[in-house]
Amino acid sequence: MTLNSLNVVLFGVILLLAVGFYGLLITRNLIKIVLVLQVLVKAVVIALVLAGKQSGNLGLGQSIAATVIVADTVVAVVALALAVQVRRHTGTLDLSKISTLRG
Amino acid sequence: MIEILYYLLLSLGAAFCAYRAMISRHLLPSALYLACVSALSTVILYMLGAYEVAVIELSVGAGLVTVLLVYALSVVGDDSFDPASIIPKPLAFLLVAAIAVMVGWMAYPLASQPAVNGEVLLADVLWKHRALDVWVQVALIFSGVLGVLGLLSEKVQREEMPKHENQTAVENEAISIQMEQEIPV
Repeated sequence: MTLNSLNVVLFGVILLLAVGFYGLLITRNLIKIVLVLQVLVKAVVIALVLAGKQSGNLGLGQSIAATVIVADTVVAVVALALAVQVRRHTGTLDLSKISTLRG
Repeated sequence: MIEILYYLLLSLGAAFCAYRAMISRHLLPSALYLACVSALSTVILYMLGAYEVAVIELSVGAGLVTVLLVYALSVVGDDSFDPASIIPKPLAFLLVAAIAVMVGWMAYPLASQPAVNGEVLLADVLWKHRALDVWVQVALIFSGVLGVLGLLSEKVQREEMPKHENQTAVENEAISIQMEQEIPV
């Protein structure tokens, strides 16, 4: 595999995904989880555009990336609103304290 | 060669900012680091030739989402707690390393193939082939706005109160205000 710019971007995408997954595993704050999801989606958006450029269909990659950005923004907005309501009702944002599921 | 160096610096910078956003104890610096990640991602997208998505990412990712995060923090307050993670951090690191190796293994065929030169305009794809998706996106944004308006409303639902025949509308309103003051928020 020769080292070109697309491979370097792919390496960056994998790095961002790894950081996002790590944050998703260690985070218990509701708002920070929304933030971690944003990091993951940014990696996915870059990967979509990269795949479109690699396959010679950059327009399709861009259109799917735009759809992902819109859906992710709506998810972030609703999740933040839910976090605000959870904080108002329970007084905490810690997932382990607000979870009522016990094994 | 200089382009590879730019991509490497941008990718490492984005990953560093993302990591700082994870480990920051306060949420406001985390939101600012996320904006930095978005800005660096925008530069990468621009250099890849995705100009339209770069503009959307910069305005939405670095602008709108950051404003929303800061607004949410102003409402709930910046909790500076850093609770221990549910699973041990070394185990999380090993899991993430395994995931990264698997993703790299799956993406290897894409990276090893030569790039195909093609010219497909975004407008053609968006308005001719994916027109239905555009309308779905419009509906999604509309439903998201409605959901936020419903969730962020601070109105306390009034309980059904018995209305006496002799009470006027002003008296009923006074009783409802009194009940609102008694209900803890």
